[in-house]
Amino acid sequence: MSRALINVPKNARRGQVLEIKTLISHVMESGFRHGTNGKDIPRDIITSFSCRYNGEEVFATQLFPAIAANPFLTFHTVATESGTLSFHWTGDNGFEVTEEAQIVVE
Amino acid sequence: MKLTRRQALKAASAAVASAALPRAAQAQLQSFVPGQMEAAIRKVLGDAKIRKGKVTLDLPPLVENGNVVPMTVTVDNPMTKDNFVRAIHVFNEKNPQPNVISVQLGARAGKAEIATRIRLATTQKLTAIAELSDGSCWSDTQEVVVTLAACLEDLP
Repeated sequence: MSRALINVPKNARRGQVLEIKTLISHVMESGFRHGTNGKDIPRDIITSFSCRYNGEEVFATQLFPAIAANPFLTFHTVATESGTLSFHWTGDNGFEVTEEAQIVVE
Repeated sequence: MKLTRRQALKAASAAVASAALPRAAQAQLQSFVPGQMEAAIRKVLGDAKIRKGKVTLDLPPLVENGNVVPMTVTVDNPMTKDNFVRAIHVFNEKNPQPNVISVQLGARAGKAEIATRIRLATTQKLTAIAELSDGSCWSDTQEVVVTLAACLEDLP
């Protein structure tokens, strides 16, 4: 199980642009390196990430081996209503992590 | 065959130069295909006309460690229902693979700005392209000097 850190403001005014920061622990093995035995190390990366705001997708991205280990992402969304932000990472070898954060909008 | 002094020195220095580059580094240099960035851009965006402007690709000009390079892409465009940034794509010139990241945004993003950390195999150019809701494409290119490359070290 990967550890994910998410930074979302707990409270927001309606219409405010929120900055969301996410960090997840993952090696992001590029698949272009060799071990000491000369064999290629197989690729193991997170390939996609998305953020849903009360079920509606507000941000989606595809990641490539050029993303550093422990992918860190900063993006924005508009605070529309109180509810749940859910974050979903998927990757090679069946990697899948979902995290949630609550937000109160006045 | 008798070697002259000059030929002998030349051969010796060439041998030293090739030994100094680790095997992985040589493999990486060989994997660089000229025009791979251009090809990758066309694969994603088709034959859309790409203009310079609107996009700011923020990268440090000199990078000490290519394994973790902070990168910010900002698009100077409002995010309203009828005029917003649909996608942001970032490409590199000399990594083993030309794509870096692709992002889909909508009017609900509020602000077209993303930040992440990337890997760079060597000194090279990066291009960020923003696709707007009206179909126009805007780009920015930055050159980055990398002193310690990513993915070169062998595993212990």
